[in-house]
Amino acid sequence: MTMTPTAKRNSGFGAMARSNTAVGLFFMLPAAVFLICFLTYPLGLGVWLGFTDAKIGRDGIFIGLENYQALANDSVFWMAVYNTVLYTFIASVLKFGLGLWLAMILNEHLPFKSFFRAIILLPWVVPTVLSALAFWWIYDAQFSIVSWSLMQLGWIDGPINFLGDPNNARASVIAANVWRGIPFVAISLLAGLQTIPQSLHEAASLDGATGWQRFRFITLPMLTPIIAVVMTFSVLFTFTDFQLIYVLTKGGPVNATHLMATLSFQRGIPGGQLGEGAAIAVAMIPFLLASILFSFFGLQRRKWQQGGQD
Amino acid sequence: MASVEFADVRKSFGTHPVIKGVDIKIEDGEFVILVGPSGCGKSTLLRMLAGLENISAGEIKIGGQVVNGLAPKERDIAMVFQNYALYPHMTVADNMAFSLTLKRASKAEIDKRVKPAAEILGLTPLLDRFPRQLSGGQRQRVAMGRAIVRDPQVFLFDEPLSNLDAKLRVAMRAEIKELHQRLKTTTVYVTHDQIEAMTMADKIVVMHDGLVEQIGAPLELYDQPANLFVASFIGSPAMNMIKGKLDPSSALKFKTDNGVELPVAKAPESAKGRALVYGLRPEHMTIAEGGIPAEVVVIEPTGSETQMIMRVGGDLVTGVFHQRISARPGETVGLSIHAEATYLFDAETGKRLV
Repeated sequence: MTMTPTAKRNSGFGAMARSNTAVGLFFMLPAAVFLICFLTYPLGLGVWLGFTDAKIGRDGIFIGLENYQALANDSVFWMAVYNTVLYTFIASVLKFGLGLWLAMILNEHLPFKSFFRAIILLPWVVPTVLSALAFWWIYDAQFSIVSWSLMQLGWIDGPINFLGDPNNARASVIAANVWRGIPFVAISLLAGLQTIPQSLHEAASLDGATGWQRFRFITLPMLTPIIAVVMTFSVLFTFTDFQLIYVLTKGGPVNATHLMATLSFQRGIPGGQLGEGAAIAVAMIPFLLASILFSFFGLQRRKWQQGGQD
Repeated sequence: MASVEFADVRKSFGTHPVIKGVDIKIEDGEFVILVGPSGCGKSTLLRMLAGLENISAGEIKIGGQVVNGLAPKERDIAMVFQNYALYPHMTVADNMAFSLTLKRASKAEIDKRVKPAAEILGLTPLLDRFPRQLSGGQRQRVAMGRAIVRDPQVFLFDEPLSNLDAKLRVAMRAEIKELHQRLKTTTVYVTHDQIEAMTMADKIVVMHDGLVEQIGAPLELYDQPANLFVASFIGSPAMNMIKGKLDPSSALKFKTDNGVELPVAKAPESAKGRALVYGLRPEHMTIAEGGIPAEVVVIEPTGSETQMIMRVGGDLVTGVFHQRISARPGETVGLSIHAEATYLFDAETGKRLV
């Protein structure tokens, strides 16, 4: 029953104003317009460009899967895929491990706790390009402070070629990304840690749990829902990373640090091959979807979180 | 099972002392309740016994062994927390078996310990549920079950009933007491509710401001309170306290500051001439023709008894009567006081003189 018996039938507009569906749609309109203009349209355009041979200054024509066939035989593209997966995997594992460790330290009672918590956020607050420039100096072939310090200590003879050697360059950009990404993981996990009541730890220690067992049986299981959210976001950010690489190495040496995002930009804008660049960007979508699906299932409320009320 | 002993135990948070020298001896198998107003240090004392708080000075012994330096897990004690502290991601069975799981006990061993405990507490049909799916009373039982499975030397309870509604609280009170009679494990129980203390304890420790005010059996504290604090804390409704002095002309009369004369059974020499407090329990008076005139202020019938607040001279006096009362507010009744059941306290030190 939607109307009281005495209610009169009103004009069309009045009826619409009372209908929850219509009002709901009306209020969704601004957000929908925004999303369509700035998300759906560019995404759709990107997918479309991937099927054309568009170049800068020339509208392309539809060429089907030709771009993708070309990429399948392109060793640089496969190198970028390999780099991206490696970069994402190693950086995410390190960010998770170090972030969790940092969060647990910050969750303890230590002096100047709030000061340290604020400090931790710094790498995240500084614009990426700025911190990348700083790393550029740290990794400089001649003036690197790391090389200099190690030489002063007498551990090495000459400066380390951080960004010139393929594997050194990979390790260097991963280190920079980890440095930048840790605060997000640490602060989010710290928030999660603080939702675990102290009395659970006390009960566990009375039950005979050692520090490690408390972590393994209490902290970790209770933190999993938050870990799932945080790490999904962290993986998405890392997978699509662009700024850091572009400032530090521009994909070099010899494409050793090209990620899919940087390669897509490189081919599409400076290289002028819009269609091919778009195809590389579209090729990222399956990876991102997989990661989102993982989080979707990972985030499903666990059985122990359901039912009852508090 | 073991005895527990606190010897001159002290605790400060920074420079702020919260436990100021406590001595308590708890016999093997005894049910001891620490009671006092909030902030008196009773929970801190319990947590020190559990090993969750450091001991600033003094010694705590469990079964004759000093445990000051032992970690909580080495003390062989089990604790029921105010919020139950059930592990939300484990089923009832896993919660109860957690301590055994940590010791890598076999499945058969775990079953052998968990099943009977669940049986005792009526938890058998709930073993596969998660804590969120349980009511407050059921969670309370799981918390107790977790303690029973441990079969520890000492049970600790930290205000376990304060999150339950009044009816459930009365039921759980009986259940905990029965459980103790069955298991005979030494139990230390903290509460701010003197009724819980009176109904359950073998021995009550009344605490106030970081110090022990009195230790004794429930009726001992009720009949012979050591001082004004214990007298006012134990018993409900609380004891009436009226300020005044002994009548210099006759030692067996107490004259209130408002000039009313009240009967006294005996008065020691030391009480003469001092500022005193006259203690009278609401139960120790009856209504009688020709008694002390009292103006009725409020009448609260509860069925089995009637509580009445009266004005005697200028002092408000609460009485509990088992007879039905027909008086109305504003009327005057006569009060007969049982002189042999009254107390005299030193107004300055608070110590009981009679």
